[in-house]
Amino acid sequence: MNKLHLLALLVIAAVLLGAPPLLKSYGIYLFSTWLVFVIATMGLNLTVGYAGQKSLGHAAFFGIGAYTVAILMQAGVSFWIGLPLAMLGCFVIGLGLGFPALRVQAIYLAFATLGFNTAVWLVMRNEEWLTGGTFGINNIARPSIFGFSLDASLAYYYFILAIALLMGGLLFGLLRSPWGKAFTALRDNPIRAESLGIHIQRYTLLAFAIGAVYAGVAGALFACLVQFIEPAPFTVGASIMMYLMVVVGGPGYFFGPLLGSAVGVLLPEWLRFAQAWYLFVFGTAVVLLMLWLPDGLLSLPDRLKARRQAREASAARTAAAARLGGVNS
Amino acid sequence: MLDFLQLTFSGIATGSIYALAALGFTLLWQASGTINFAQGEFVMLPAFAMVGFGLLGAPLLLAFVLSCLLAVLILGYGFKRGIVDPLLRFGMMPIVVATIGLAIAARNGVRAGYSAEAHPFPGLFADKLFNIAGVTITLADVGTLALALALVLGTQAFLAKTVTGRAMQAVAQNTESATVLGIDVPRMVFYTFAINAVLACAAALLVTPTYLAKFDMGEGLGNKAFFAAIIGGFNNSRGALLGGVIVGVAENLAAAYISPAYKDAVALVLFMGVILFKPQGLLGQKVERKV
Repeated sequence: MNKLHLLALLVIAAVLLGAPPLLKSYGIYLFSTWLVFVIATMGLNLTVGYAGQKSLGHAAFFGIGAYTVAILMQAGVSFWIGLPLAMLGCFVIGLGLGFPALRVQAIYLAFATLGFNTAVWLVMRNEEWLTGGTFGINNIARPSIFGFSLDASLAYYYFILAIALLMGGLLFGLLRSPWGKAFTALRDNPIRAESLGIHIQRYTLLAFAIGAVYAGVAGALFACLVQFIEPAPFTVGASIMMYLMVVVGGPGYFFGPLLGSAVGVLLPEWLRFAQAWYLFVFGTAVVLLMLWLPDGLLSLPDRLKARRQAREASAARTAAAARLGGVNS
Repeated sequence: MLDFLQLTFSGIATGSIYALAALGFTLLWQASGTINFAQGEFVMLPAFAMVGFGLLGAPLLLAFVLSCLLAVLILGYGFKRGIVDPLLRFGMMPIVVATIGLAIAARNGVRAGYSAEAHPFPGLFADKLFNIAGVTITLADVGTLALALALVLGTQAFLAKTVTGRAMQAVAQNTESATVLGIDVPRMVFYTFAINAVLACAAALLVTPTYLAKFDMGEGLGNKAFFAAIIGGFNNSRGALLGGVIVGVAENLAAAYISPAYKDAVALVLFMGVILFKPQGLLGQKVERKV
């Protein structure tokens, strides 16, 4: 890790820790939403960026996490029991969906997850006895930790930040482990990975299910953040948006989700000055960003580095040529 | 029973419109590996172009022809040169995200720049009902079906019978061999994009009288075209017709006989079934993995 990385990390840490107390309540809410989406897209980045699977149903797991916690808390169960149950539920459903869906490769997985997302959304909308239908679930309480209440929005923000750091640390460890190396290996060359003894199906399934768990955690935090959930945030459109965040941030870059979620959550808010045109500007910005940096925002340093190296190499060549020329003459 | 026939027939008519959009979708995929998430918007934009030309006093057919030209220029040539060509070599993800961005921009650009309301659209066919053995059929349904079928089959015939069409198929199947055989690959790919734009215009002409011209009309349409393309077979252009008709009929029958709330779920169940048991689609050929 060089100085530049360290500096960037310090700036990010300073913003995440220091900025929210200076903001009004809507600003804190936006920062909280941002971090919730960072957690969700970290999982999607594992599936899409590291394991190379095309998943367009991430919002379904986000929703399953949110509804699990909301329904259990309505029934009087503590958040601290609801959260692990939501994680477990997402893991098991992820395995259940992934097992048949991962038999098919590449784009067909995208279609299968997209279909799954629609199905989950229909259940949320139509099964009123369970999910409250379009009326949703109201008055979701915020959890407390060690007797310390997280009702205040700032306290809850730091709670989300702590969870995000924890989940990020776990992901970092996972990616450095042999498992993580196996994920990347099967993304870059599945057939070669298979011939090296990596069980492709087992590892893609695992990456998919772990990604789903991250969405579940994010969903649980989201339910308690907005305190009112209905089916709208969990549509296929939301899944597509999360996919967009991962790709814009830089798939396969550890900090990609941090930037990508900022583009997906904070940029539209910041563009509100464009009034009725703000989503038009946002869409155009995404297109231009892709044209400029097809590998995502975080590929920019790599690209600058490559350019600098090319320039240095060409300078060295010119110098060498001049020297040789000097000898010859 | 009469109801059933009536619903089936109008389902086939709607499905044939989905087939138009789905056909363009599969053609783009075959020729250039582009998954176009803005396909629904590619139908919505010409609908508004036709509304615009109509306001300028152009009769519907002239408006249609002008919109087709405009669409070939912008949604065909502009889309290919501006977005697909520069991004193609970076794989599928950037194109998918760029077309998502394009869809968001198109939808909200029309909403902010023109109107958020639904605009009525002149029907191509007169309001006339036929009664065949007790089954009531509207002229619009018959005309839509006939026109859509003619377009889909015409495109098929063009691809299968003409030299240009066969060259386009060669490009779709194996770009390298096509280049070696002296086929102008970029030109053939452009033809595909142009055909997609015209098919989208035709779909707009047929679907807008019932859907009305609205900024978000492309959303549902795009999804259905997507489902239809996959059910029929993503790498087979005949599949689009079958898939479109299946989706149209299934949603009509499901809304009437099962539950309107789960209307969308029927196409979905079909879709999941197809994905699980025949992922290449009903008419698609299996693609073997390459090392």
